[in-house]
Amino acid sequence: MGVLDELTRPAKDDDHVGGAPARLVAAPGSTEEAAALVAAAQGLAVVVRGGGTKLHWGPAPRELDLIVDTSRMAGMVEHAAGDLITVLKAGTPLDDLELGGQQLALDHPPGATVGGTVATGASGPRRLHYGTARDLLIGITVVRPDGTITRAGGKVVKNVAGYDLGKLYTGSYGTLGLITECVFRLHPRPAAHAYVRSTAPAQAVPSILAARVAPTAIEVDSATGELAVLIEGTAEGVRERSALLGKLLAGEITDAAPAWWGLPPWDADGIGMKLSVPLSKVPALLDAGATVRGSAGTGVLYAAASGITEVERLRALCVRGGGHAVVLTAPSPVRDILDMWGPVPGLALMRRIKDQFDPAHRFAPGRFVGGI
Amino acid sequence: MADIDALIRRLRSELGAEQVITDRQELRTYECDGLAHYKVVPAVVALPHTATQVAAVVKACVAAGVPYVARGSGTGLSGGALPHAEGVLIVTAQMRRIVEVAPADERAVVEPGVINLQVTKASAPHGYYYAPDPSSQQICSIGGNVAENSGGAHCLKYGFTTNHVTGLQIVAPDGDLVRLGGRALDPPGYDLVGAFVGSEGTLGIATEVTVKLTRLPESVRTLLAAFGSIDRAGAATSAIIGAGVVPAAIEMMDALAIEAAEAAVACGYPPGAAAVLIVELDGPAAEVEAQFEQVTGLCEANGAFEIRTAADEAERALFWKGRKSAFAAVGRISPDYIVQDGVIPRTALPEVLRRISEVAEAHGVRVANVFHAGDGNLHPLVLFDARNAGEADRAETVSGAIIDLCIEYGGSITGEHGVGMDKSKYMPRMFGPDDLETMQLVRCAFDPLTLSNPGKIFPTPRLCGEKPGSDLRERFPGVEVF
Repeated sequence: MGVLDELTRPAKDDDHVGGAPARLVAAPGSTEEAAALVAAAQGLAVVVRGGGTKLHWGPAPRELDLIVDTSRMAGMVEHAAGDLITVLKAGTPLDDLELGGQQLALDHPPGATVGGTVATGASGPRRLHYGTARDLLIGITVVRPDGTITRAGGKVVKNVAGYDLGKLYTGSYGTLGLITECVFRLHPRPAAHAYVRSTAPAQAVPSILAARVAPTAIEVDSATGELAVLIEGTAEGVRERSALLGKLLAGEITDAAPAWWGLPPWDADGIGMKLSVPLSKVPALLDAGATVRGSAGTGVLYAAASGITEVERLRALCVRGGGHAVVLTAPSPVRDILDMWGPVPGLALMRRIKDQFDPAHRFAPGRFVGGI
Repeated sequence: MADIDALIRRLRSELGAEQVITDRQELRTYECDGLAHYKVVPAVVALPHTATQVAAVVKACVAAGVPYVARGSGTGLSGGALPHAEGVLIVTAQMRRIVEVAPADERAVVEPGVINLQVTKASAPHGYYYAPDPSSQQICSIGGNVAENSGGAHCLKYGFTTNHVTGLQIVAPDGDLVRLGGRALDPPGYDLVGAFVGSEGTLGIATEVTVKLTRLPESVRTLLAAFGSIDRAGAATSAIIGAGVVPAAIEMMDALAIEAAEAAVACGYPPGAAAVLIVELDGPAAEVEAQFEQVTGLCEANGAFEIRTAADEAERALFWKGRKSAFAAVGRISPDYIVQDGVIPRTALPEVLRRISEVAEAHGVRVANVFHAGDGNLHPLVLFDARNAGEADRAETVSGAIIDLCIEYGGSITGEHGVGMDKSKYMPRMFGPDDLETMQLVRCAFDPLTLSNPGKIFPTPRLCGEKPGSDLRERFPGVEVF
């Protein structure tokens, strides 16, 4: 118990996950220290916490003994500008990144960390052009639930050596281990940008795509009835493409994003959902009567649901259309009776993966699909 | 030894006799994939026409305890589809139906035997194409692309197969048909599509693939720049990336590769070039024009002595002809060669290329370099003449030394060809025992009996039902090494 005694402190009132209080909190300062901690914590139920911006997403853990806080594992390990990559410690706040003329093109709420963004697979408007953490992550270091330090991928963009475990960890909600370091591919920061804003309905999306203006994001918001397109590139290119799009959509060209851009449409104590449908089904979602906002160019949108009935209605709509609907967050009483994840194809294989990585089911127990 | 005759009888009754090959001569057709150094004649070949038939074959293999290997067009270059002498080779080439092209969803759904280029051809009338395009795109199958996570010249900008597959139907190693993902993104749960793509047939067999379609760019411009040295071409590449331009492709060829290409296809590259760069930009016209001027200027500033701009599609095709035929062309200047596939951080290009030529010189063999300069994916062609005693061994040594260089500089042992059976021995040089064990946790979750393409990727299998052992002949009974 030496390492545990050394690294842990008793939990305080705000050290809880989705209402489940923890007993202990530890903030290791390195991958090695984290590995020693996890190895010493055998028998304890563990949840990893980054910036806490999405800690309330997903069901509450079945049990919770120890919160592993990544805030002391922060900072940039490397930025190889010529190779368009960076190596970041998991607790690094994405707001803090200084990458000069380059960017890690992941949208995030203020305060979000590298590890939390990867662990939840969270994404925002610019995913249409840049992809998500799944696509930008090229290497990863993880402490397995048995305390083993393991790495996958590498530091080069093109790499097919061995299994792509980064994909498996991305969006796994901390159920397969503790992410301590990530390697990402970067993109040049575009020289210019413009937003084209209009009240064109979502049915206009196919015509935007057909216009071949290579948009970075196409966002819709059912509450304001607004559609906004982000165009990036060279100054001349942006001028020309946004003008073309402005004409097509009878829209206004601005420097600034709409106030709702990239923000979740639900209140802090409301029910928040992530909806994903094939592109052709996006208009039906916007007509569904709920407050829906998100990426009309990729079919990944977010909704504020008024209650369980609406959750079920939206989920049925998504599933019928070949998609899915996940409840990310909900008030405690609702959370307890909701199926937050919905139907999950391939669940048997997922259970077997969990059993291999975490046979005692100590990491984020009950937080993931099918009670994993 | 399993009762292979009983298995053959079962396969014949499930598939029909004409879809099960047992004739020794016919079996020899399948003894290797694109890596012809290794040959193994499979015990039996099955040619399923449907996913249900694939599942039936796998179930029969599991019941008999017989290993199986999936194979598409057989163009793989790492021995990923090398058969098992006592196993079934499941050839998916007959499953070549394009199930649906759905432009409104920007997806196509295809069977694994569909040829890569066919997806683009079927999508083009709708204004779309399928972005991942390995050099073998006219013949390689989508199923094989999924297994190997294949790349190509356009990876830097558009990503690999894994970035373009959103759904799979697989036959899991227990014979169950499972659907993973679909047309919509971000399905709940672990990203099993992401884990499966590039798993080289060890996690099951893809029987249907849903791919993203990419909008055809408004404009494509291609230039060819000739340099007096590799270093200058490398510096030009760095300058282009450093300026914030992400071209659709930046390809480099050295003098020996150019010589080979000229001998084979007379592509007419500028005489006297120590290196040529092919740079292709695509996107909205205004954007492409602005960046094309920038790229031209950067090539000039870094010492290009001649820059040609493709005026039309025919000229563009000619630029690419030399590059795309380079592998085959090397056969004109050397009776034998090894195609290596390694990756280095792009900024290390000049230094690594210098060290490659030093190693080659020290061992008395020639190396031609053709590669994806934008992402540091090298394809050194190590030339040798097997008739000269010891030359094949020296070539093998140089080829291995190149991989060591890739690891030393923080790169990878494979950028697009896969580990297969050829590179499993290098895996421990890139990954530690704990890293390899972690990968095999996934293997054990999918395939606890290790019947799905056994012996590939991992030098030493983990204990989840398979006997440990790293001796080549133990793992590949009947293997002939050429």
